Amino acid sequence: MMDINDDFLELSGHKFSSRFILGSGKFSLSLLEAAIKDAKAQIVTLALRRVNDGGSENILDFIPKDITILPNTSGARNADEAVRIAKLARELGCGDFVKVECIKDSRYLLPDNYETIKATEKLANLGFVVMPYMYPDLNVARDLVNAGAACVMPLGAPIGTNKGLATREFIKILIDEIDLPVIVDAGIGSPSQACEAMQMGCAAVMANTAIATSGDVRAMAKAFALSIEAGRLAYLAGLGEVSEIARASSPLSGFLE
Amino acid sequence: MSYMEGMQRIDESLMKRVLSLRESYEYKRYGKADVARALKMQRVDIEGLRALLSPAAGDFLEEMAARAQSDMKRYFGNSIELFTPLYISNFCDSNCVYCGFSSHNKISRLRLKIDEVKTELENIAKSGLKDVLILTGESAKKRDLSYIGEACKEASRLFSNVGVEIYPLNSDEYTYLHECGVDYVIVFQETYSPEKYAQVHIGGQKMSFAYRFNAQERALMGGMRSVGFAALLGLDDFRKDAFATAIHANFIQQKYPHAEIAISCPRLRPAKNKSEVNAGEVDERSLFQVICAYRIFLPFANITISTRESAKFRNGIIKVAASKISAGVSVGVGTHSDAGKKGDEQFEIDDTRGVNEIYTDIRALNLQPVMSNHIYV
Repeated sequence: MMDINDDFLELSGHKFSSRFILGSGKFSLSLLEAAIKDAKAQIVTLALRRVNDGGSENILDFIPKDITILPNTSGARNADEAVRIAKLARELGCGDFVKVECIKDSRYLLPDNYETIKATEKLANLGFVVMPYMYPDLNVARDLVNAGAACVMPLGAPIGTNKGLATREFIKILIDEIDLPVIVDAGIGSPSQACEAMQMGCAAVMANTAIATSGDVRAMAKAFALSIEAGRLAYLAGLGEVSEIARASSPLSGFLE
Repeated sequence: MSYMEGMQRIDESLMKRVLSLRESYEYKRYGKADVARALKMQRVDIEGLRALLSPAAGDFLEEMAARAQSDMKRYFGNSIELFTPLYISNFCDSNCVYCGFSSHNKISRLRLKIDEVKTELENIAKSGLKDVLILTGESAKKRDLSYIGEACKEASRLFSNVGVEIYPLNSDEYTYLHECGVDYVIVFQETYSPEKYAQVHIGGQKMSFAYRFNAQERALMGGMRSVGFAALLGLDDFRKDAFATAIHANFIQQKYPHAEIAISCPRLRPAKNKSEVNAGEVDERSLFQVICAYRIFLPFANITISTRESAKFRNGIIKVAASKISAGVSVGVGTHSDAGKKGDEQFEIDDTRGVNEIYTDIRALNLQPVMSNHIYV
C-alpha cells in the first residue's frame, strides 16, 4: 500500500503534501490565519482586488510566509484582463502561481471557458503556474492541457452554493481522461462532499464559503482537512466495488466447461 | 418623459417593460401563503418579489432576514465594503422639490477647484478608504464634464475604486469618464412613477424621466463595469418603487450579464429650508423589508446603506442584507479639508460615525470590513 506520507500534489514541479486549497475571500481576516493552520493548507487563494497594498488590513499580512499564495484573477471578464491582473499580482510579490478566473456573469459567476483557455495560454507562456477555474467540459480540459495549464479546476456546483458535486459525472470523465491534477473548485459545501471528490480521484479540493460561513471556522477547517486526507487515502487504497448483483457460488457459465 | 437637445436616445423596451410591470403590481392581492411560498423558492422570481414587498410580508421580517442573510453569506461571506461619497460641487440646474441642492433653494453653493478636490481626496485617503464616490449637483454644463473627469483622474490615483453619482450622460461621455478611471455609475431614478416624477422634478434636465431611466444602460454601453440603482423611498408608493428598482436592476443584469449590479435604499430626509421633507409611511420596518426583498431577489447585488439611516439600523442591516456601507460621510462641499468656504448639504444625515468607528463596529459584529475590493483593468 502506498504510504500517504510519500503522496504529493504536484503542480508544474512544485510539491505539496496538503491537498486542501483554501479560499480566503469570505473570511474574517482575524480567523484566516487560524483556519490556514487548522486546515493544514499549503496553498491559499486570494483575490488580487482584495490586496490593500500599503493599507490597513491587507489580506496578504494575514497569510503566513511559508504558504504558497494563489492569486486569482477575479474581476476579469476576459483573457486580457486576467493577464493584466496576473501580472499585477506578480509585481506585488505574489509569486508565479495564478488561478485564472474569467467570469462574464455576475449572477452565477460561471467561468467563461473560451476566455479561460486564451488566458491560460498567454499566462503559461509568461512562465506562470496556471490553475484555471473551468466548467467541466472534456474538450475544454484538453485545450487547457495543450495551453500549458498546471491542473484543471472544474466546478462542483455554482460557487458559494455548498451543493457539492452537482457535476460529478463530468468531473469523473476529466479524472479518467486528463493527465493533469483535477482539483474541484466551487460548490463543495461539507467535509463529506470533499471526501467524495477525493475518493473519486480528484487531486485536491478547494473550499471557501463552506468554512468561512460555518458556525466554527477553525473546527470546520480541520474537519475538511481530515476528510480530504481520508478521501485521498481511500482513493489510494482502492475502493471495494459496490455490487448490486449477487455472486453465484457456482459460476453461471460453469456448464460451458 | 421627453428628451432634451443633445440627449442620446436608446431602445426603450426595457423601460416600458419595467413601467408596465410596476403599473400592474397590486400588492394588496398577496397573502401570507404567497409570502411563505416565495421564501421557499430556490430562486425568487418576479411574482415572489411582489409577495415579499407586499404588506403581508410585514409579518415575516424574521424569516425574510434569515433568508436574506443566508443569500448574502453565499455571495459575500463576511465581507462588508466601505466607501465614502465626496461632493465636489453643489451647483444644480434642476429643480427637485425634495432636494437640498434644488436650483430654487437658497443655500451656500460651492464648486471645488481641482487642487481643492485633490486635497479633499488626500484627506479621505488618509482614513484608509479605497473606494470613493464622486458627487455633484445636476449641473450639466459641458465644461463640467471635463472638470468631473479631472477630479476622477485625481481620485483614481489614490483609490482602487472610483464611482460617480452625477447627472446622467450619453454613452460616449461615460466612455470618457471610464477612461478617467471611473468604473461605477450610480443614478437614482427617485421614483418610477412617471406622473409623480413629473410633479417633483419641475425644472432642468432632470425633468426627462426616460433619459434618466436609461442612464445605467448607457453607462454600460460606455464601458463602465458596475451600475447602481435606487428609488428614493417615500417620494411615491414605496412598494411599487422598490419593486420597479429591483426589476430594473434585474433586467439590466440579464441584458448585460457581466455588469455588477448595485442597489441603494435611500429614504427621504429633511434638508436646509426643507425641514418638512420626510419618508412618510416608510418606517424602519418597511425599509428593512424592502432591503431584505432586494437581497433575496438579487442575491448577487451589492446593496448600499446610506448615512441617512441611524447607526443602529445600519449595524443591524449589514448583518442581514446590506453589503456596502458609507463611512466618514459629509454631504456638504469642502468639508474634508480646511477650505474656508463650505457648500451646504444635500440632506441631513443621521449616522455621523467616522471611518475608524464604523470599522471597529463592523468587526465587533464578527464581519470583515473591506477597504479594497476592486481593480481597474
